Amino acid sequence: MILETKALGRDFGGLTALNDINFAIDDQEIVAIIGPNGAGKSTFFNVISGFYPPSRGTVSFRNQNMTGTPTHIFARLGIARTFQTTHLFYNGSVLDNLIVGYRQKTKMGLFDAILRTPRARREEADSREKAQEVLNFIGLAGISTEPVANISQESAKRLAIGLALISEPRLLLLDEPAAGINHNETKGLVELIRKIRSHGTTVCLIEHKVQMVMGLADRIMVLNYGSKIAEGSPTDIGSNQKVIEAYLGRAHHA
Amino acid sequence: MLSKNQKFKWSWLFYLAVLILAFIFPALNPGSYYIQVVSLAFIYAIAVYGLNLIEGYMGQLSLAQAGLFGFGAYAAALLTMKLQLSFWLAVPLASVLTAVVAFFIGLISFRTRGHYFVIFTLCIGVIINLVIQKWDAVTGGMNGLIGIPKPTPLGPISFDSLKAQYYLILVFLLLTVFVMYRLVNSLIGRTFVSIRNSEELAAALGINVMKNKILAFCVAAFFTGMAGSLYAAFIRFIGPDISSPTLTFEFLLYLLAGGQASIAGPIVGTLLMSGLTESLQFLRDYRLLLFGPLLILIVKFLPMGIVGLIHKLASRSPFRRSAAKSLNPSKTVKGEGL
Repeated sequence: MILETKALGRDFGGLTALNDINFAIDDQEIVAIIGPNGAGKSTFFNVISGFYPPSRGTVSFRNQNMTGTPTHIFARLGIARTFQTTHLFYNGSVLDNLIVGYRQKTKMGLFDAILRTPRARREEADSREKAQEVLNFIGLAGISTEPVANISQESAKRLAIGLALISEPRLLLLDEPAAGINHNETKGLVELIRKIRSHGTTVCLIEHKVQMVMGLADRIMVLNYGSKIAEGSPTDIGSNQKVIEAYLGRAHHA
Repeated sequence: MLSKNQKFKWSWLFYLAVLILAFIFPALNPGSYYIQVVSLAFIYAIAVYGLNLIEGYMGQLSLAQAGLFGFGAYAAALLTMKLQLSFWLAVPLASVLTAVVAFFIGLISFRTRGHYFVIFTLCIGVIINLVIQKWDAVTGGMNGLIGIPKPTPLGPISFDSLKAQYYLILVFLLLTVFVMYRLVNSLIGRTFVSIRNSEELAAALGINVMKNKILAFCVAAFFTGMAGSLYAAFIRFIGPDISSPTLTFEFLLYLLAGGQASIAGPIVGTLLMSGLTESLQFLRDYRLLLFGPLLILIVKFLPMGIVGLIHKLASRSPFRRSAAKSLNPSKTVKGEGL
């Protein structure tokens, strides 16, 4: 077990966005979180990645209680994430965008940078090398010098994943990785996610493309109105009455 | 690759030419008025480099800059006048003190974001200005401080003449440019830019956003304070005006005109705009009527300033065909709404 939430809840003012979520993610699995719009998927992500503190309950990562930990420490402990809208730096090149992802692994300070000390040179070289390695992994080596403003939506999605991967996280959280890309590109992305898992990283994703999730995930959690309504293998979820009702509505008899 | 190398050589040749020009400028006998104007522009440029770091690279518009400039100037003046410290001790000490003050300002002000940060820092600037104005016993109040010693001679080199002072300021400016160049081209500079780009993404990448903001603010304040202390030693009279928000907005005008988030921007903007200010002296305060619309035009049509425009033109020139992306029609606004 890599991540566990116990009785997790989160309120916004008087609104309960998440309620009593007990959930665990095992090492090296691919878990998906699905649910209708407004079900609390993104809130769940924001809580387990340290962006929102929980209102109730706990999040533990590798048996360590994470309550009260600052956001950037979540990342340093090995939880990386992407965002629904990619926040890439559009004026920079693909490679430039990646390099800063390695910053958390480096130690150089102000004077290292000004005096260009051996440590600064070594860390700059390491970051560049690591970025190049990730570029090959995500299949963007061919466009490394291209400004991000010029690359395709699919490449931008891959780049955002690469940026999360460069620090070699243990758990990768993907927020709608397949939004806005076509069927063939989605297939490529599924392959990339499988490849990430086979390299030892646990993946948890939020996704609206149910078909994609059914083929990819080992396990699925379904949220509706901030509560967990189902959890299980894709086949279980596909035939779960509650899930079908949440998506399609209950059949009313006149 | 070839075209990239060529561009590299050409731009360095150009910078070398500018550097040589800066060094031989006093030898051309331009008259003391022009040396004075350029020296003062160099001092302001150092402060604008500070603003460039915090606003250009980090995206945090601090309007406390003139307050910090004034703080540095008064600190250096008091250190040399009251404690009889040498210029060579007073300048670094005043710069460090300014950075320390900025550290505490940063601790509080970076709890706010966006427009709130801008307003908060504006208030800090006004507070520093008011303290300088009212604290008669230390700052001389509205009368200011008169008779600040000239820079202490450095061995056989004395700084009595205007030309010698010009070179002294030039060396400080070059030092500033060097430090800024190293900084923004390092992983630390990339970290700052990533925070400007998206604080959420930076935090998700394990970057301590607060710590980096304070770091950038302190470095910016160090150089702004240094500019202030050079001003004190160069003009040798300081009044509360040098810490007024008006000066902050002048720094901002210089930065926006030159081009933020570039290494050449601050010096280009400062020289050009302070040159323009001097040549429009006959208009007196009415020249502000010219600067206002000019600033609007710059922000609207040259968001990256003059240096940004030059970069854009250079990337379109036939000499750099491989880099020119004709696929990407530039988003030039064609005077809509005018």
